[in-house]
Order: sequence, then C-alpha cells, then structure tokens
Amino acid sequence: MTLGTGRPDRGPAVDRAGRWVDGAFRLEAVLIYLFLYVPILLVVIFSFNAGERTGELRGLSMRWYEYAIGDAFAMGALRNSIGVALWTSLLATTFGTLAALALQRVPRVVRAVFDVLIYIAIIIPGIVIGISTLIFFVNLFGFVNPWLAYVWSVGGLGEPPVVQKGLHTVIAAHVLFTMAIVMVLVRARLSGMDRSLTEASFDLFATPLRTFFQVTLPQLAPAIIAGALLAFTFSFDDFIIANFTAGPGQPTLPMYIFNSIRRGITPEVNAIAAMVLMVTVTSLVIVALIYRRQARQGGAFGASEGAPILEGDVA
Amino acid sequence: MTDRGAAAGERRRSRTVNAALLLPASAWFFFLLIVPLIILLVFSVGARAPEGGYTPALQLDNYLELPTRAAAFINTLWMATAGTILCLLVGYPLAYYLATRAGTKRTLLLILVVVPFWTSFLIRTYAWMSILGNNGIPAIVEALGFGHVTLINTPAAVMIGIVYNYLPLMVFPLYVSLERLDKRLLEASKDLGAGRIGTFRQVTLPLSAVGLLSGAILVFIPLMGEYVIPALLGGGKVFFVGNALVDLFLQSRNWPFGSAASIGLIVVILLAVSLYLWLGSRGRVEREVSLL
Repeated sequence: MTLGTGRPDRGPAVDRAGRWVDGAFRLEAVLIYLFLYVPILLVVIFSFNAGERTGELRGLSMRWYEYAIGDAFAMGALRNSIGVALWTSLLATTFGTLAALALQRVPRVVRAVFDVLIYIAIIIPGIVIGISTLIFFVNLFGFVNPWLAYVWSVGGLGEPPVVQKGLHTVIAAHVLFTMAIVMVLVRARLSGMDRSLTEASFDLFATPLRTFFQVTLPQLAPAIIAGALLAFTFSFDDFIIANFTAGPGQPTLPMYIFNSIRRGITPEVNAIAAMVLMVTVTSLVIVALIYRRQARQGGAFGASEGAPILEGDVA
Repeated sequence: MTDRGAAAGERRRSRTVNAALLLPASAWFFFLLIVPLIILLVFSVGARAPEGGYTPALQLDNYLELPTRAAAFINTLWMATAGTILCLLVGYPLAYYLATRAGTKRTLLLILVVVPFWTSFLIRTYAWMSILGNNGIPAIVEALGFGHVTLINTPAAVMIGIVYNYLPLMVFPLYVSLERLDKRLLEASKDLGAGRIGTFRQVTLPLSAVGLLSGAILVFIPLMGEYVIPALLGGGKVFFVGNALVDLFLQSRNWPFGSAASIGLIVVILLAVSLYLWLGSRGRVEREVSLL
C-alpha cells in the first residue's frame, strides 16, 4: 500500500460497512460536482435560447449573442472592465513585488507596520473598501477642484478642468487590496528561496541589477504570475467596490450585468455570462497547460508550481 | 575614502533603494487605506447634511442609533455563521474523499472544485435566480404534485447561494491539511483498536483542525461583507449589513450613519476572528496537553 493514496479504512478484508462508507463518500462527491456545475451549464444552455424569455427554452439560436455583441452599452462595459483589470493587475503586481523585495531588508519595525497594513487591507470587506474610497475621493475632489478653478481663473486659462470619479478611481481602489495579496504571495516565495544563489551571483561579480534579473526574478516568477492572475480576476469580477467608486456613465461589466438583472432577466445576460465563462475557462486551461509544461521541464518552476495559484486563490 | 566611509555610503544607498521600492505601496496604503479609515471615523461622529452627505459635528448619535439596524447585524452574523458551518459540513466529506480515497484522479477533481471560483461571482449567483425562481425548481415540484413552494427571496435561497459560492474556499484548505496527514497514524489508531468513528474523532479531526480553522475564516470574513447574494437571491427580504450600507450611502445618502455602521461591521469582524483564533489556539494547547 502506498502512503500517498492509502485507503485507511480498508483492511486486508474489505468489510461490508467499509464498502458502504466508500459508496457514501463517492455519492456525496458526485452530488457536489452536480451542484457546482449544473447551474453554470444551465446558464450556457439558456444563452442559446431562441425565445424572448429566459424561463422557457424555445429552440436554439445565436440571436442573443448577436444582440449582446451589438449592444454598445454591454461592449462599452466589457472594455471598461478589461481596461480596469489590466491596469489593476499591472500596478498591483509591480508595487506589490517591489515592496515585497524591500521588506526583506528593512528594520523589523517597518516590516511589522506593513504586516499590519497588509492584514487590514485583506480582512476589511470589499464593501467597506468601496465606501471609504468613495468618501476619500469625494473629499479629495472637493478640495482640489476649487483650487483648480482658482488657478485657471487667475491664469486666464478659460474653462477649468474638473477631476471626478471614473475608471481611475476604480483602479485605485482595486490596486489597494490586490497589491496586498501580491505582497503575501511574493513574500511567501521569497522566504522559501535559496539565498546561496544570490550570494553566488554576487561572488561571481554580477551587479545587483543583473543578479535581480537573472537570479531573483526567475525564481519569483511563479508567485508574480499567480499574483497578476489573481489581481486581474478579482478586479474583473468585482462588483461592490466598482459600484461605489465608478464614475457616472462608466459601468464595469459586473455593474452592467447587475443592473440588467435588476431590470429583469433577459437572455442577453445569459449570452454575456456564457461568453465571460468561456473566456475564463479557456484562459484557465491555457494557464494550467503552461504550468504543466514548466513543471515537466523542471528548473525554476518546480513541480509544485500549480500550488501558488490555488493557494493564492484561497488567500 | 576609508572602508568605514564606503560601508556607511553603501548602507545609505541601500536605505534609499528600499525607501524607493516601498514608496508606491506606502502611498497606496496611506492614501487609500489609512486616510479613508480616518475619514470614516471622523464622519461617523458627524451629522447628515440636509441634502445628504456630511456636515461636521462631534456627537455619538450615529453610534447610539446603530441598534435600529441591529436586525441587519444579527441576521448577518447568524447567516455568516450558519453559512460557514454548512460549507464545513458539505465540504469536509468531499475534502476527505479527495485527500484519502480519490486516488490518481484527485488533482483533476480538486481543480474541478476550484474552477467555479475563478468564474464570475455575479454570474454564479445569477444562475441560481432562474433555478430557484418560480419557473425553476418550484415549477417542477408543483408539476410533481407537491403543491406550491417559494424558494427565491427566502433565507433558504440566500443560504444555497452562500454554500454554492463559498464552498471552494472551504474545501481547499481542508484538502491541504487532510492530504498532509500522515496515513500511518490512521493505521496505528486502527491497530490500537479504535473504530472508524473513534479514529475520525481522535486522530483525523484534530489533525485537520488547522485547515478547518483557516477554511472557516476564509468563508466567514467575506460573508460578513456580503451584498450580492442577499440582493439577488434574497430580493430585499433577507437583509445583510452590506445591503444596509449600500442603501445608506447610495440611496438615502446618510453618510455619517453609514460610516458608523461600517465601523461597527469592522469591529464585529475583528471580534469574531479573534474569537475563532482564540478557540483555535485553545484547542491546540489542549491537544498538546492531552498528548503529553
């Protein structure tokens, strides 16, 4: 009996109760997988509905896909969401990684302060982040705009610019907590890293910058990639923070979907949902394949590198 | 230049580099976390402006008014706790099955649990609106002759949505802790005459306590701030603090009271998490003592 796949309840003679217990576990697992996937499957099936209403399936067609793709509001919202998620991912990954690198080498007090800040940023619910960011920007703009108006009028520059909520405020709020997640992932990776490689690189007269790009960065890559993916997903998926911080007339895709659901369910929402699902699942498969290939090639990406994604998922 | 001077210069440069690396993250934490939380505190002792928003004041009225929203707080605490326990009851057998009995398929099966978590939260909740809606399961139940049932816009619907959305967060840490469990201990327990249930209670369960605790926290914290599930599946009849907050900030624009409620929510979460952690550490100490 191998330890990894050991079946603790099965002795040499499989008793009746053992088989019954095994069957019960199996049944529960099957039911859970049905529970997890049937609803998603139904959304996809109903997206091909030819009828006007979501309730009943009347033949199959692509009409709601055509409708969704032709819907300027929906596509505008999709563009907004992709833009916000890309910027969030880029900024959060950069800032988070830079900070994680510095945190290894700062006095303990500084590190403790950052530990607390990261903890707070992760533990505070999204809704409170949305609210506090909203209040902050309203105050900031209330302070900045009169000054801008004053400067412009003194300088005779004509119509003063007005700063207000928009996609940039959504990005700012998203970067806060995704950056904290990236810091957790990268710091975990850094603490498990082999110091001797960096030292060897210095002994071989590599400059700090060269050591960073040729030794440290490749080792950190799995954590950074996982962080970037997580930041993108959280940002793309977020409704509640965007709902507070987005400017008027610039909804993200989740905001668009939420508002259409509130107005009444149409098969268009199913079509959009199905498209989002397909994109997510395709990108997941691609990522999984990349990780698998790298795992097989070995090297800096160890065989366990599937784990950071899943672990990050949970963080 | 002496060696010491060079070393001091090196140190100064390294400190500058560190500060530069930390600058963007610090700026973000300061302007978008610390300052907003301070503003939230200041607002919570202020008064509502006649046209909505905030006017400066120094009063505790908003906090004294919090009991009027006690129902939302109690409901949130109760639903979050029940949701966490339900996720645990549903998730534990699955995690146990995956970790000990699924054999070679277990990586694939684990990935299948996590995949829905990467798809849109909103769409997953939306999926249940049609299923629980009157054309969904209730129509089937009625066709089978069991009479009329209402599922959508009930606490039960919200609970189904909660388990559906949060289950992966519970299964994953449980799986990790159960997978690490040394299977020889189970055999030892069996050899020493313990039955199936005895082994589970005295070996498996205590050794998976860490996964259990982190799963519970991962599910409980975001649940406390939940808005989408009660809004879509509860139809305004099942009220969470999150729904009250959206209402206070975006509809009635009572920002000072909303700020006080936000602070209240943060305090409740911190207290609950401390309680969890305290229970966890106490459990661990007891186990160590009993092992001695």
